[in-house]
Amino acid sequence: MEGPLALVVGILIATGVYLMLARDLLHYLFGLILISNAANLAIFITGRLTRAAPALVPKGLEVPPMPVANPLPQALILTAIVIGFGLLAFALALIAQAYKVLGTLDVDSMRIAEPVKPKRKKSP
Amino acid sequence: MGAVGDTDSRDSRQAEPGRLISLLSPVPPTILTLILLFYMSDISAGREISFGVTWVSDLGVSLQFFIDGLSFLFALLISGIGVFITIYAASYLRGHMQLRRFYLYLYLFMIGMLGLVLAGDLMTLFVFWEITTIASYLLIGFNNTSAIARRSALQALLVTTLGGLCLLAGFILLGSLTGSFDMVQVLASGETVRASSLYVPILILILIGSFAKSAQLPFHFWLPNAMAAPTPVSAYLHSATMVKAGIYLLARLHPVLAQTETWEWILTCTGAATAAVAALAALRQTDLKLALAYTTMIALGTLTMFLGSDASAAVAAAITFLIVHSFYKAALFMVVGIIDKQTGTRNMIKLGGLGRVMPITFFTALASALSMAGFPPFLGFIGKELKYEGALAVASEPALVSTAAVFANAVTVTVAGMVALKPFLGKYPHNLPKVHEASPGLWISPLILSFLGLTFGLAPDLVGGGLVEPALTAVLGIPESIDLRLWHGINIPLLMSILTFGLGVTMYLGLRHLRAWLAWDFKHAPTSADLLWDKSLELLRFFAAFQTRILQNGVMRRYLTVIFVTVSIFLSYALLRSGQFPLEYNWPRLNLKEWAALLLTVGGAFMAGTARKPLIAICALGALGVGVALIYLFFGAPDVAITQLLVETLYLVLVAAILPRLPVFSPGRKIRFRPRDALLGGMVGLLVTLSILAVLQTPFDSPTSDFFEQAAVPEAHGRNIVNVILVDFRALDTFGEIIVVFTAAVAAVTLLGHQLRRGPQ
Repeated sequence: MEGPLALVVGILIATGVYLMLARDLLHYLFGLILISNAANLAIFITGRLTRAAPALVPKGLEVPPMPVANPLPQALILTAIVIGFGLLAFALALIAQAYKVLGTLDVDSMRIAEPVKPKRKKSP
Repeated sequence: MGAVGDTDSRDSRQAEPGRLISLLSPVPPTILTLILLFYMSDISAGREISFGVTWVSDLGVSLQFFIDGLSFLFALLISGIGVFITIYAASYLRGHMQLRRFYLYLYLFMIGMLGLVLAGDLMTLFVFWEITTIASYLLIGFNNTSAIARRSALQALLVTTLGGLCLLAGFILLGSLTGSFDMVQVLASGETVRASSLYVPILILILIGSFAKSAQLPFHFWLPNAMAAPTPVSAYLHSATMVKAGIYLLARLHPVLAQTETWEWILTCTGAATAAVAALAALRQTDLKLALAYTTMIALGTLTMFLGSDASAAVAAAITFLIVHSFYKAALFMVVGIIDKQTGTRNMIKLGGLGRVMPITFFTALASALSMAGFPPFLGFIGKELKYEGALAVASEPALVSTAAVFANAVTVTVAGMVALKPFLGKYPHNLPKVHEASPGLWISPLILSFLGLTFGLAPDLVGGGLVEPALTAVLGIPESIDLRLWHGINIPLLMSILTFGLGVTMYLGLRHLRAWLAWDFKHAPTSADLLWDKSLELLRFFAAFQTRILQNGVMRRYLTVIFVTVSIFLSYALLRSGQFPLEYNWPRLNLKEWAALLLTVGGAFMAGTARKPLIAICALGALGVGVALIYLFFGAPDVAITQLLVETLYLVLVAAILPRLPVFSPGRKIRFRPRDALLGGMVGLLVTLSILAVLQTPFDSPTSDFFEQAAVPEAHGRNIVNVILVDFRALDTFGEIIVVFTAAVAAVTLLGHQLRRGPQ
């Protein structure tokens, strides 16, 4: 049952890449969200899917009754989701501030650090 | 009064920094020399001393040292000449503001050289090799206010580092071929190495390294430029140490790499060519120091030429000449330094008649120059006779080697005259200021060195049995004995010597015409290696600028394109290599609610990708987040699903807070479909899907998951395994995650708060 999910990941990545290549910074941000979701899903799938019970140990047992969902990718994804959220929050704040300062969300016009035609210095 | 006295003493200390250190500076090399001399009888009896520690045991690398005849000879030269150099430098650089730094570099260099020659492990040797490179860079560029010195230092660094990299590659190949980096083991496996198909690559790589270090063609151009260094440095680097490192390596690996046609031809031709080119260049020079630098190149070429042979006479000639050269070259560099210091010029045209005012320097110069020119009874004579004997013994091309040797030696005779006669004889130039004899600190070192040359010439057994023979044995791998004598009777070498003197003296007398002819010749030469070097650096710079313009063009979309294209290339490569094309995958059944979740996710992504207005895209992303959360929920990951939903909510709050600041409500620009980006996106997506499917084809390896499942209750006392992993087994990771989120929050608040404080404009 991983097949369709792998396809979903591919679609998310494709859309994310397409959006990230746009000129608009907001689109870039949306692409980032898509890709981070896709990455989480990819980890989830490669840890093998199961419709079985969550990875819990019932009272009175030392080990979970087989089979349970693989707990390791879940732990990884939990971390990734939270860190992804931190990244997105920061990126959003950065975009807001950039718009405030530069008055545009067009990445091609944001050329203060790397001016369009830098004057070439002659080597001494 | 007290205060005044304090100021005075501070002033005098400032005026002469590092007085104490310069007084003490000869002590370490002296102690080292004495220790080495103490072991001399052991070494000449054929014993080998080794010591060391394991360093990187996984790679078979150890910090290993060993002393045999060859390394002993070099170590003794390095520390012995080092004593005289430090004495000389103390006077030469007296009062220099950066004296401490100078000694730091000098000792670093000395340590590097000693480690290099004593290394008992290829990797140890390489590390010390690079230390000498770096130290020589610092020493050559010691006058760091001079642009020429900086350029020369950089040139020497780049050339020798380039060689060093090749050397490392050669060592790695050699080590993997012999199965060990240990020198003793490597030296013992000459047969295997020579029979291997890797022999030629190893040989070429190692030769590039040692040729670059020892200024052989075509890497010779850095050596004359390195004369920008202070004279004590030149005297040290170009007599006994730096440039001899390459020669040492050739001699060291002689038992492994020599005795083949390839070795013989490359070394003989390169050495002869270097000696010839350097000889022509030396005649052109009017700068005494430069003339000496080119004779160093002559010497290096000659040494290389002789090491190409495996005839014992040739190798013996190389080793003896090496000792001779170290003595007279160090002394002569110091003499030139004295002339430079006393008169302010090194230009031989402007000098003359100094012999009357500087008698001791004159005497020193004369004694060293006679050794250099190879007059009896100096050690240089023995060295030269041996060279001719060796040249005749070279099996492949005795005529070529002999001619080159005679020519090189004749030029050496001429340069000896240029350095020791021209400045001291003749009329005292009227425009030269009044000069007087140098202080004893300056002339004592060259004087002792030239005396040593004379002593060893009169009693050659002092060096013959104790130094040359063990070194010869180490190079040839079999016990060899040698008889150093001043008088061998009338034979071909003696006749060649007479020819050399005649030629050299003729050239000295006709120097003016010779120089005019050479100047014309060199002016019409198409290019020089130095110019080519500048051109190649220019080319490199041009290429760097070109590829920076391509890659760092300031357009973010282009950066991203490069990244994604690279990702697709590597993914395709990995897929092709694994050869697992997951096409025969049996598509399983999903139930309705799972299909619904997938549809929600894909639909959200599609909407987000095509939405014209940002607000719609944000809504679509919300839907997608819910879809992903549902997927987690359906496949046994409720914790993840809960977190995902929570984060989605938080994200919505954040977006809601920031949206009013952004132009999301304004009618969006006309968004055109970009087929190229869509193609790239589609490709990356497809490759990711294929990669995941390929991964799924491999059998699942679950020891880590199993461990967590087994250990959650007994060891961590928690029943939710995912939570146990996060807060117990991987608690530090979670802690790091909290820090990341906290940092992001602080940064975001700072950015937004900045805006809030300023208020709407």
